[in-house]
Amino acid sequence: MSNLAIRADDVHKFYGPLAAVDGISLQVAHGECVALLGPNGAGKTTLTEILEGYRDRSSGSADVLGVDPQHGGLAWRARLGIVLQTDRDLGDITVREAVHHFAGYYPDPADPDAVIAAVGLTEKATTRNDRLSGGQRRRLDVALGIIGQPELLFLDEPTTGFDPEARRGFWDLITNLKQNGTTILLTTHYLDEAEALADRVAVIARGKIIACDTPSQLGRRSTSQATVTWIEHGQTQIEHTDKPTAFVAELSQRFTGEIAGLTIRRTSLEDTYLRLINEHDGAAS
Amino acid sequence: MTTRNSLSSPARTVRLGVSRARIELLQFFRDRESAVFNFALPMILLVIFGSVFGGQELGNSGITFAQYFVAGMIASGILYTSFQNLAIAIPMEREDGTLKRLAGTPLPRASYFIGKFGMVLVAYIAQVTLLIVVGMIFFGIELPQSAFQWFTFTWVSVLGLIACTLLGIAYSVVPRHGRGASAVVAPVVIVLQFTSGVFFVFTDLPTWMQDVASIFPLRWLAQAMRSVFLPDVAAAGEVGGSWELGTAFVVLLIWTVLGAVLATLAFRWSPRGKDS
Repeated sequence: MSNLAIRADDVHKFYGPLAAVDGISLQVAHGECVALLGPNGAGKTTLTEILEGYRDRSSGSADVLGVDPQHGGLAWRARLGIVLQTDRDLGDITVREAVHHFAGYYPDPADPDAVIAAVGLTEKATTRNDRLSGGQRRRLDVALGIIGQPELLFLDEPTTGFDPEARRGFWDLITNLKQNGTTILLTTHYLDEAEALADRVAVIARGKIIACDTPSQLGRRSTSQATVTWIEHGQTQIEHTDKPTAFVAELSQRFTGEIAGLTIRRTSLEDTYLRLINEHDGAAS
Repeated sequence: MTTRNSLSSPARTVRLGVSRARIELLQFFRDRESAVFNFALPMILLVIFGSVFGGQELGNSGITFAQYFVAGMIASGILYTSFQNLAIAIPMEREDGTLKRLAGTPLPRASYFIGKFGMVLVAYIAQVTLLIVVGMIFFGIELPQSAFQWFTFTWVSVLGLIACTLLGIAYSVVPRHGRGASAVVAPVVIVLQFTSGVFFVFTDLPTWMQDVASIFPLRWLAQAMRSVFLPDVAAAGEVGGSWELGTAFVVLLIWTVLGAVLATLAFRWSPRGKDS
């Protein structure tokens, strides 16, 4: 058995001449949370579905919880939790009926009512699922993904349609799961979400991983230029610099007391992400 | 691993199959479309046809068309609750994510099919009970008189449900989309009802039509149900001058085997155009 939760090695997936996944290698340690970022059509979902056992890969090797996902049996499935995109099923039954029913599939399920509470649906427990809002519906999907107490949880755009408060609540839930040792592979379009939850971020474009690092180190973000702004002579001043600490020290000599309106902003994860995707597009075309 | 064995044990497979059947039934009866189309429709048809043509006596047999028709509708109930129900519901499940979600859980696939059959069985029992009650109250139908008739009723129902469930699972690959499924499935059922001795008396049909209809299960289901719900003298009015239960058994058995083969070959967990 591998001491990694996920190991993908040079995985390809071809649809005719098109490589949806074009040689991806990825390692995820037990207890780690890795976020997959990338534009639509970059191959995130295809890669995830190969690891979930939904699709067969064209070449390369993969190992998920010590098992080749193409040959994963029921015992393997019992150790996974999967939250897919865009489910519209289970509309005619209630939240409580659905969560209790799915709990029966697993050898060691969590308490269904506790899970309903954890995703914040207690007040909606007896509501039919087709009467839930989009965000509530996603929270049901998450509840069904974690009811089996999975060792490895796949989350495919889990917070689409959440309001900001619900998203914070969801982050707390995932952070709790992480603290209990759950390994998580998260696909998301929200960079703040990746930054809040992920230990590492992998940026995928055109079927390849073009960068993979901690959110703070991604694309040498921690050492890249910072933007310093302040107010002087009644106007906002802007300075881009590699050495913000030295610049502010120098600036403070010109002021007596506080520097008005001082901010120092590092490149955001979003800036870095967009730069990486643009660079890759430029290189590819 | 021991867990592997315990997760695919027959006891667990059956337990989860029963659990599936319960959820399936909740969905079947709460979904307005399926409840009306698969469940209430036979009752509505029975009342309409029975009221319009019900009093007419068929020849000098002493049997009214209503009695003949009730037997045909009970036979149709097998087709509605199994074939039509599944051939419409499964494409929807393929499209709305139900099957994909289930495939990602440790639910044995056999449990899914057990659940489907359990739902079909309960829906059929409920429907048949209502049809018989309506028939008894309004159209002078009588419950089967002999133990043999009850025996016939039981095996015809069970074998018919098994065959038509398998055929419904196999046919579920024909509709391209979940939404349009009923348009592809319902005509099959309606045409069979017209040609198999449900809406019309079978012996009134042209011979060629009788011959074509005799290939399919409904003609034999309907004739067998007439043997259960009509007095024995009515057998003389059938095409062969008898109930031909042996032939009905053989035809249903062949369709069961064929259905099992087709269902196994054709059934897919994911929508057309996607692999796995």
